[in-house]
Parts: sequence; C-alpha cells; structure tokens
Amino acid sequence: MRRGPIPWRTSEVRELSWATPRVRLIRLHVPGWPGHLAGQHVDLRLTAEDGYQAERSYSIASPAEKPGIELAVERLPDGEVSSFLADELRAGDTLELRGPVGGYFTWQVEQGGPLGLVAGGSGVVPLMAMARHRLARASTVPAHLLCSWRTLEDVIYREELERLAARGDGLVVTHTLTRATSTPPPGFLGRRIDRTMLMEALPGPEQRPLLYVCGPTPMVESVASLLVSIGHAAERVKTERFGATGGVR
Amino acid sequence: MTHLDGNGAAGVLREIFTTEMTTAACTCASCGRVSAIGALRLYGLPVGTVLRCPSCHDVVLRITETPRSWTLEIHGRVRIDRTQT
Repeated sequence: MRRGPIPWRTSEVRELSWATPRVRLIRLHVPGWPGHLAGQHVDLRLTAEDGYQAERSYSIASPAEKPGIELAVERLPDGEVSSFLADELRAGDTLELRGPVGGYFTWQVEQGGPLGLVAGGSGVVPLMAMARHRLARASTVPAHLLCSWRTLEDVIYREELERLAARGDGLVVTHTLTRATSTPPPGFLGRRIDRTMLMEALPGPEQRPLLYVCGPTPMVESVASLLVSIGHAAERVKTERFGATGGVR
Repeated sequence: MTHLDGNGAAGVLREIFTTEMTTAACTCASCGRVSAIGALRLYGLPVGTVLRCPSCHDVVLRITETPRSWTLEIHGRVRIDRTQT
C-alpha cells in the first residue's frame, strides 16, 4: 500500500451512459491515477458556486487492468449529489475525487477462493470490479455471484454478466427479482434472498468461501446474519452497506 | 439510526493516517472486541463521522472533516494495530 498524503484529483468525464432508467455509468479519466484494487471506492466532492461542498463515496466498477475508472451512480430520491451526477453531468465536465481508498472490501486473484458475492441492486458495482478483475487475470477461481434486483428493469450489467457466466470458467451468476409483478423470466428467481437461496447459490461453509455482501443496509444486515446462521464464519463475511448516512453508494 | 461500514470512512482515514487503515485491527476500549476498522459501524452525522464497535456499539472514533481541517477523537484506551500488507 502507498503511503503519504492522498491528493484530491481533478478527473475528466469521458463517457456517460444509462445502465437502467435510474443508474448512470460514468467513465472518468484521472490524470496521475495510481491504480486500484477491485472493491475499492473513491470519494467525490462537489462544490457549488457559493462554496457549499458535498462529499459522497462511490465504488469503482472497472478492474485495475483497464485505464480510467467507471462508476455507477443510482439516482436517489432527494439525493443532492446523485441527482446532479445522474441528470446534469456532461462529457467533458470535471469532477474532484480522492482515491482509491478502502482496502478492507477488496479482492485480488492471489487471495484465491472460492468467492461468494451477494449484491443488492447497485451494490453489484464493487463485485463487478472483482468479476472483471478475475476475467482480466484469466482466473478460474470458483466465483458465485447472487444479485437481487427490484424488477427486471433495474438489472445493471445484464448482458455482460450473461457473457461472463457463459464462459464456463467457474463464474456462476444467479439473479432474483424482489418486486416482480409477473412470473420472472427464465433464469431469474422471484423472491427476496433467503436462507435456501444462499445455500443453493453460494459455496457452502465447508468450502470456506470468501464472502462479500454489498447493498442497502437492511439487505446487507439480513444476508450477513443468514450467512452466519448457515455456518459461515462471521470474519469471512465482508460487508459494504450503502444508504443515507453519507457513506459508500 | 441506520449505519454503514467503517470502510466508508477510508478516505478521511487515509487523509489523517496517510496510509490505508481500514484493514487495521481495532480493539474496543469498552468490551475488548477486535475488529477491522472497515468492519466498525459507521454513522454519518451532519458534522462528521462516528465509528462504533460492532459488538457493544460504544464509540471508538469520531472524525470531523472540513475542506481545510480534520479532527480525530479517540474514545478511551482504543488500540489500533496495523501490519504492512
């Protein structure tokens, strides 16, 4: 790990696209970027004309092996920062950021596996960085990704996840929809994450998987305690909650 | 009040300690529970961040940051051990 002061850097917005009606992908060019680990995040700082500043953390979706960084920002109701990033940001704009930070919720292929990854909505972002890093390093470490979404419309990275799973290199992806009004499409479950789903979609406790859970606080609380009740060691369950207290989104 | 994970304070901790701190082991002054700083409970406040023990929920660290300053309050005889990775 690097030492010394961590500067606020000026990054440039290179590309913007909508992953879903509410989630925008932002690709940034960051001069002097020192590289990052899958699972790390950046702190973004916005400054208004009157000097008012707001700071938020966003996980990095892109692997270290690719130049630049990709963030996925979900527009939250009353989210002063997220609504600016989702609605007003344009290619060519600059964004002030600090990072990469957060060595706790990270994974590198050298750590091995198997991996059990559980995402709630845009909580898939740091886990996507892990899946992409795994691919970039041609790793065959068994990795099981369980993603919970409200509706089909909310699924981020659907095609890419299909392609990754179709490679047959040990990555298995399970999707579930929690607010599906009709029968879920083939390959999708249609209920909230429960004990049975965690037992079927993830490596069992006897395989001693490394477990990463990222999503909204209530979902992470529920999944983390279910994992422990199944028999997984609490210290092997790493969590990254996001929500309204100003932490990682 | 809902909480996040200590990992969310990685940026300001990096600023204060000038090195990655979320993997460091932190011993709670109240109950002696050892946890990674990244696994502490993070409560965001309008004026800063409070990190609490995941076991007894007592305050471990309190951090206030403005564009030109930061303040770190350490509660009780908290112990932090960090190994170079």
